[in-house]
Amino acid sequence: MNTTNREPVVEVVDLRKTYRGGFEALKGIDFSIARGETFALLGPNGAGKSTTIEILEGYRDRTGGDARVLGVDPQHGDLGWKNRVGIVLQSSGEQANATVREQLTHFARLYTNPRSVDEVITAVGLDDKAGTRIKKLSGGQRRRVDVALGIIGNPELLFLDEPTTGFDPEARRQFWDLTRSLKREGTTILLTTHYLDEAAQLGDRAGIIAGGRVVALAAIDELGGAEARVPIVRWVAQGIPHEQRTDRPGELVARLSASGEPEKLEVIRPALEDIYLTLVDAERAAQGVLA
Amino acid sequence: MSTGSAMNPRIVSNGFSRIRYEVITYFRQGDSVFFTFLFPVVMLTIFSVAFSEETFGRDAAGVTVTAAAYYLPGMLAAGVLLSGLQNMSIDIAMEKSDGTLKRLAGTPLSPISFFIGKIGQVLVTGLAQATLLILVARLAFGVDLPTEPTSWLTFAWVFLLGVTTCAILGIGLSGLPRSGKSATAVIIPIVLVLQFISGVYLVFANLPDWLQNVASLFPLKWLAQGMRSVFLPSTFESVEVGGEWNLAGVAIATGIWLVIGLIVARLTFRWIRKDS
Repeated sequence: MNTTNREPVVEVVDLRKTYRGGFEALKGIDFSIARGETFALLGPNGAGKSTTIEILEGYRDRTGGDARVLGVDPQHGDLGWKNRVGIVLQSSGEQANATVREQLTHFARLYTNPRSVDEVITAVGLDDKAGTRIKKLSGGQRRRVDVALGIIGNPELLFLDEPTTGFDPEARRQFWDLTRSLKREGTTILLTTHYLDEAAQLGDRAGIIAGGRVVALAAIDELGGAEARVPIVRWVAQGIPHEQRTDRPGELVARLSASGEPEKLEVIRPALEDIYLTLVDAERAAQGVLA
Repeated sequence: MSTGSAMNPRIVSNGFSRIRYEVITYFRQGDSVFFTFLFPVVMLTIFSVAFSEETFGRDAAGVTVTAAAYYLPGMLAAGVLLSGLQNMSIDIAMEKSDGTLKRLAGTPLSPISFFIGKIGQVLVTGLAQATLLILVARLAFGVDLPTEPTSWLTFAWVFLLGVTTCAILGIGLSGLPRSGKSATAVIIPIVLVLQFISGVYLVFANLPDWLQNVASLFPLKWLAQGMRSVFLPSTFESVEVGGEWNLAGVAIATGIWLVIGLIVARLTFRWIRKDS
C-alpha cells in the first residue's frame, strides 16, 4: 500500500471533462474525501455527478485536471487497485442466470480478501432469495444484489451511484443501516443520490454540483453557509405576501401579531432540500444570464 | 505497483472459475441452448429422416452412404461455428449492452481470465455438442464411425483449431452489432449464409465454382472439409476441390483466420466504450 492514513482517499483538482461533441460536462471540480468519511455528491440530472463518479471509478477518461483515488490515477488503476475498490453502478439491465449465492460466491473469488458471502446476503436482506436466479428477482431485489456485489470484495473505498433507486421505504432504511455499519468498519464512501434525506442521514460532508461546477462544499449541516439556514417568516398583509429572514423569528412574529393576527403566518427553518434547491436555482439563473 | 503483480497467479485460477460460471449459466439460457447447442442435432435428424430413401454414394466396398452419415461431418463443422462464433459474438454483445462487462471491468478480473472463461465455455459446450451429434448419428441412425486412430487425431485437431478460431472470431465480431438487441439479427444471417455456401446443408461439390471460391475465403468451408475427411469413406475424396482432402489447406486457412481473429479481438475488444 502506498497510501498513508492521512492522505485523502479521493482527491480531485480542477477536474475537467469535455465530451467528443464539445459538451463541457465538468468545468473544473475540486474536492477531497478523507479516509473513513462518507461524502455525498448531490446535484440535478445532467449536472456532472455521474461523469465525476465514473472518472473516479476508472470508467471514463478526464480531459483536464487531476484525480487520485487511493493514491492512484483512476485512468490507470490496475487489478490491485480494483481489488481495493467497490463499485455500485447505477441500475443496469443485467439478466444473470446465476442465483444470488452463486453470483456472490463467484465474485468473492475474484478478490483477495472478500467478505463472507452469507453475511453479505444477510446484510442486504436477501436471505430468502439466496437460491433464486437473479433475473427472476424484482427490480428492488436486484438492486440489493448490486449493492452486495459492490461490498463483497471488502473495499477500502465504496462508490454508491444512486444506490437506493427503486427501494421501498423499509428497504431504504435497511440500506442506510448497512451503509452506517460499513462506515463504522472504516470504509470510505462516495455516494450520489437524488434523495436529500438520504444524504443528510448518511453523509458527513456533501458537495453540490450544478452546471459542471461545485456550487457548495461543506459538512451536511453547514451546507450553503449560516445565512442559508436563517429562518424565514412569511405572512400576508392586505393581500400582499411578505417574506423576511431573521435569526429572531419569535420576536418578529410577536411584533406582527401585536397589531392583530397576521394572515397565513408561517416560520420556516430551511432543510437540506430548501438549501439545495436555492443553490441549484441560483446556479441555473447564473447560467441563464451567461447564455 | 507491487499489488498488481501479486494478482498475476490469480489470472489462471480466476479464468477457471469463470469457465465454471460461464458453462453453468450457458445451459440455463433456453434460447442459446436451442439455437447454438441443439440446432445441429435437430438439423442432422431432419436431414437424416427427410433423405432416408436417398443414397449419397458408396464406399470402397460398395456399401451405400446414408444421409445421416453424409451430413454428420457438415453438422459437426456447423456446431463448431455455432458454439464458437455465433454463441460468443451474441453473448459478448449482449453482455456489453446489459452492463455485465461494465460490472466486471470494475472488479479485479483480468480480461485474460475473462477470455479463458469464454473460450473454456466454448470448448466444453462444443465438445459436448460434438459428442451428442456423434452419439445421435451412431445410435439413432446407425452411422459407422471411423476406427483408425489417425482419423480421430485429425478430428481432434480440426475440432480444437476450429473451435478456438471461431471463438476468437466471435470476440472480434461482438463489436459489430450496435446493441445487444440487434446482436442476433446481425450475427445469425452471417452464420446462416456461411452454412449454405460451405457444404453444411448443400453438397459442396455441386455448387458452382465461383460460389466454391467465395466459400473458400471463409473458415467454415475448410472445417467442413476437414470433418468430411474424418467421417466419409476415401471414395469421396475425388469429388473434393483438387481431388484431395487437402488437410494442409484446412490447417493453413483456419490458422490464417485464427491470426486475423486474434488481431481484430486485440484491437477492438473493450470492457466498455469509454466515451459513449
